[in-house]
Amino acid sequence: MDIITANRLSDGAVVFLTASGWSTRIAEAQALEGKESVAAALARAAADAEASIIVEPYPVDVERRAQGLTPTKLRERIRAQGPTVGHSKDLHLQVQAA
Amino acid sequence: MSDAQAQLPIWKDGSFGADAWVAVSAETELPADPAPILVPLAEFLAEAGRYTARDGDIGVLVGAGEDVHPLVPYLGDLRLIALEFPKFADGRNYSTARLLRERFGYAGELRATGDVLIDQIPLMRRCGIVSFAVKHEPTRRALLAHHSVEVRHYYQPVQSDAEVPAGTRPWARLPAARLPAA
Amino acid sequence: MYRYDEFDEAFVRERVAQFSDQVARRLAGDLDEEQFKPLRLQNGVYLQLHAYMLRIAVPYGTLSSRQMRKLAFIARNYDKGYGHFTTRQNLQFNWPALKDVPEILGHLADVEMHAIQTSGNCIRNVTADHFAGVAADEVADPRPYAEILRQWSTIHPEFLFLPRKFKIAVTGADADRAAVRFHDIGLQVKRNEAGELGFAVWIGGGMGRTPMVGYQIRDFLPEADLLAYSEAIVRIYNLYGRRDNKYKARLKILIHEGGAETIAAEIEQEFNEIRYGVLRLPDDEIRRIETYFAAPDYPTRASESVPFKRARLADPAFDRWVGNNVSPHRAPGHAIVTVSLKPIGGVPGNATADQMDAVADIAERFSADEIRVSHEQNLVLPHVALEDVKAVYDALAAAGLATGNAGLVTDIIACPGLDYCALATARSIPVAERISERFGNPERQQEIGPLKIKISGCINACGHHHAGHIGILGLDRKGEEFYQITLGGSGDETASIGEIVGRGFSTDEVVDAVQQIVDTYIVHRESSEESFLAAYRRLGPAPFKEALYGTA
Ligand code: SF4
Repeated sequence: MDIITANRLSDGAVVFLTASGWSTRIAEAQALEGKESVAAALARAAADAEASIIVEPYPVDVERRAQGLTPTKLRERIRAQGPTVGHSKDLHLQVQAA
Repeated sequence: MSDAQAQLPIWKDGSFGADAWVAVSAETELPADPAPILVPLAEFLAEAGRYTARDGDIGVLVGAGEDVHPLVPYLGDLRLIALEFPKFADGRNYSTARLLRERFGYAGELRATGDVLIDQIPLMRRCGIVSFAVKHEPTRRALLAHHSVEVRHYYQPVQSDAEVPAGTRPWARLPAARLPAA
Repeated sequence: MYRYDEFDEAFVRERVAQFSDQVARRLAGDLDEEQFKPLRLQNGVYLQLHAYMLRIAVPYGTLSSRQMRKLAFIARNYDKGYGHFTTRQNLQFNWPALKDVPEILGHLADVEMHAIQTSGNCIRNVTADHFAGVAADEVADPRPYAEILRQWSTIHPEFLFLPRKFKIAVTGADADRAAVRFHDIGLQVKRNEAGELGFAVWIGGGMGRTPMVGYQIRDFLPEADLLAYSEAIVRIYNLYGRRDNKYKARLKILIHEGGAETIAAEIEQEFNEIRYGVLRLPDDEIRRIETYFAAPDYPTRASESVPFKRARLADPAFDRWVGNNVSPHRAPGHAIVTVSLKPIGGVPGNATADQMDAVADIAERFSADEIRVSHEQNLVLPHVALEDVKAVYDALAAAGLATGNAGLVTDIIACPGLDYCALATARSIPVAERISERFGNPERQQEIGPLKIKISGCINACGHHHAGHIGILGLDRKGEEFYQITLGGSGDETASIGEIVGRGFSTDEVVDAVQQIVDTYIVHRESSEESFLAAYRRLGPAPFKEALYGTA
């Protein structure tokens, strides 16, 4: 299963392709099964890259786990969840708790 | 490609103009005199006589990374040297431009061709390039609108009539006069 | 410090306007990402794993208190309240929005700072010895030369699209604190037999995928020739450096493949063409720039301070901190203080906005308003009176900055790694944190002595692992992080590249492996006077291999 991720052009935020646009929450990402739906989603993403909304879209392999859609690769988990250490992590946890 | 781009591809002295130069190679028949011809560097060097015997202006096209030293004896015969930038990020011909102008004293037209974009044009100018074959539409629009936000305080002395020394630092330069942008 | 005149001020404002226009054109779609990327990189803006990153230039690592406060201000208002000092004496913010960058650059320009050429395939921010101007062992201050090089390389029209990045470092002492042998151009200021100033010149050093110690091309280059010679080197590189493969595009590969002597001959020939041209530096201009870097007027002080000595006797933690973090100063009764950004178990090189402000205040009161950033990701207060050292220590302690570990095993260099970096293959910061915790005990660190551990999260080697006494390189093996260890690297005047000790270690194993290496050193060293590096050079890898893998 795949989802499409990118960075928002204006502020760089990590975003995920939803059925209708882009979200900063991976939980709202559109889960894609099969090559064709990935290709169709990438085409939508490419159009948004062309339109200067997002940059560098690419597909990410995910699984459905207890906590929801979870990337299988460590890099993508860190990208979705934030740094695992340091000041940003602490801030991230505060945001999540709030 | 827009019509304007096809008919008036060359930006020079503040406006777009036609490209009179006819691209030729070893295989092509040469056009009738006195049409100006543009010959790739290697082919020109291989058979210079074929081109210089004609009665017509000669230009040479220099690819990125091509050595121009063998061209030096012919520089007086050339009215145009076109320097290719296959990708804007390939910076070799900036050095070649300065060598031609500053080391070898080439006085004819120096042109940039290939991937020529608005943000690189000021750098090319400082290296001695005076005309630009521009395909990129936003660049063409920006040039026509004279929209070019440049840094016009320079920390490098290049050989240029358009710049004058500034202050005590021997390497600092300013534009000689406030010319219209690009 | 260098101060902008009207020319520099106008320059940097125009540069802000230029980049603001580029950002606006990108947001409007007139520039596509491929066209914009080199432009934003030339202004220090990366797109990283989570967000944009802005790398701000701290030329040759020198900052005033006012500048440091501005960095704190930016951290608070445009980022998440902290910043990361890098191995190239720069500062990185990890979370700025692209649309805010023009405004941030405006704030920086207010304090004579910028982000120009902190990335991209151009001549990067020039680095220098972080003890420049105050070190007891210095021939001359390297920073005037670094400043001249900074100006010459800034928006150099010929050299903004080089095959790859190009790094220059300058030092002024035999003890190499700027790793000049690992730079594209490394310069050491020296005097010839006639007493004239000039440089020993190395070229083609670098880390990355193919680490190489620089080739010494000149034993003595007269100072007047600095710019002409640099221009000759960069021109030859621009014309002939490879552009077909980014891992083979650095100057070191051109020298390796073309032959050092051949390339050196080309450079000398090019230099001879331009040597007596406009780039020749007039003596009075060098001397004029030097005046900017003149040391403050130190009040005359006795070379020893009784209160200082008493404080050391009274407080063992202070005494230990002094032993590690205070270095000899050229002026009697003064000291150079290293502010460690390596708290035990913390992120190497990070400082919060509050800490930046605290350091700015301390520098204003006790260090002639001056701060340095070291390539070892620490800060330095270069002008502290011995009498004030205790007060500085107390103030640093209040800000959580009094870790007394400079040069010791927990003074770890680590790149951002997979927690931040889009190119990473593994995390570096958590490994640094765990090693730091493992060796956190002050007595234990003292017993081990000088030891440099350097960690990179991928082959690009931003954590300088090749030059670590113990180097750690994070890699990816079938989706799992694992770590390759090298031993015996060094970035100083005895520069060497670390040797891979054997197969790599998992995340769980790597800290134990480091401990085994350290324990092996302790067992085999001749005395506590023999440093890890000296012992490794004497012993070779065999005992370490045996300890790690059971067989030699
Ligand atoms: S070494 Fe690799 S992981 Fe670390 S900062 Fe450099 S590119 Fe990123």
